[in-house]
Amino acid sequence: MPLHLKIDKTMNTTKTQTPSQTVGPYFGYGLTSEQYLYDFKSLITNKITILDSNSDYITIKGKIFDGENNPISDAMIELWQNDGHNRFFGRFGTGTDAENHFVFQTIKPKSVENQAPFVTLIVFMRGQLIHSYTRVYFSDEEVLNAQDTVLNAIPAERRNTIIAQKKAGCYEFNIYMQGENETVFFAV
Amino acid sequence: MSDLMENSFDIEVQPSHLYLAYTSTILRAPSKPLLLLKKSLTEKTGPLFEDFNLGILDNDLTKNAIKNGEPIGERIVVHGKVVNEKGQPMPHTLIEIWQANAAGRYVHKVDQHDAPLDPNFLGTGRCMTDSEGNYRFYTIKPGAYPWGNHHNAWRPNHIHFSLFGNEISSRLITQMYFPGDPLLEYDPIYQAVKAKGRELLISKFDLNLTEPDFALGYRFDIVLRGHNATPFENR
Repeated sequence: MPLHLKIDKTMNTTKTQTPSQTVGPYFGYGLTSEQYLYDFKSLITNKITILDSNSDYITIKGKIFDGENNPISDAMIELWQNDGHNRFFGRFGTGTDAENHFVFQTIKPKSVENQAPFVTLIVFMRGQLIHSYTRVYFSDEEVLNAQDTVLNAIPAERRNTIIAQKKAGCYEFNIYMQGENETVFFAV
Repeated sequence: MSDLMENSFDIEVQPSHLYLAYTSTILRAPSKPLLLLKKSLTEKTGPLFEDFNLGILDNDLTKNAIKNGEPIGERIVVHGKVVNEKGQPMPHTLIEIWQANAAGRYVHKVDQHDAPLDPNFLGTGRCMTDSEGNYRFYTIKPGAYPWGNHHNAWRPNHIHFSLFGNEISSRLITQMYFPGDPLLEYDPIYQAVKAKGRELLISKFDLNLTEPDFALGYRFDIVLRGHNATPFENR
């Protein structure tokens, strides 16, 4: 066997993934310190800092509900978007708003390869041993949503769980961990 | 390997969403199967934190919150290497950590455990891996603490870790434990990990990393999901 193939084989040695563990209830002072009013500089916030007058600035706001439809007050949501032009990574905990909202201020992503625009959300909380991925699509993108391959792969009755509804001044996106309206989560 | 299956969570290692002994999972674990997703640009990329200016004491929890003296407890130094599933180092990736103090108390106001706060210890910090994927931070060994999961439930000593890698699917939040902790056997959060993965969460005491007259050394190596050592079109 030629030497380079042997080397390739060594490189393919699979390492076992480090297991995931819950974020727990006490992440606030570490991961979202300024939002939770702790004296430690935050590296990650919930507002995009790019200033661009041509961009469509939007707010995405919602709550997370458990299997008994109670809002969850100790979840952490991360947002990641990349349409090839604008990239944004945000983070927000649901423990500082009186009604346990999370909120992000960002730029609406553009369509990539004719697919509907979306942002990715990652959901962490006590009671989740492993985080959950979902996507936020937008209710005012009817044409692109209707032809989107990911949305069309979702059973019609569940599709609306990941389409944020445009309301006065923001897109509302509620996350249901369980039950009839359970949000579609993805294996990413 | 197809685009769909690449980077999946290893079900022989990772905990399930629902684990009845950890009672908080009962109302919070997704109940319907996850949908497989063909990766798009968004999933093939992730935040790179290269522009972030870490504070000079961000990786030293024994010093980053001093008010009027040294924090109480056993000083430790934690070293490790972050690699992907191929064993390739993950350079310049952000690691965030948070933990209880030596008495088993978190600063977080939700924590009402009747143990003292330490005015000189916040319990959070962060560092970046170097060009070889290595990291290091100084802290105080965290204490065990009771929690409400079941009668006489105690969490083993642990440090919370948050890591990114270079795409959104390599995101990891985990907990580092200490060797020989008798509470591990009774902890449903630790036990929820499949047998093949449990040992990977236990740091190793290392006399070579131990700094004489200063701090005990522990090693905690981390393997992130994924096979790409370099970011894809992140800029």
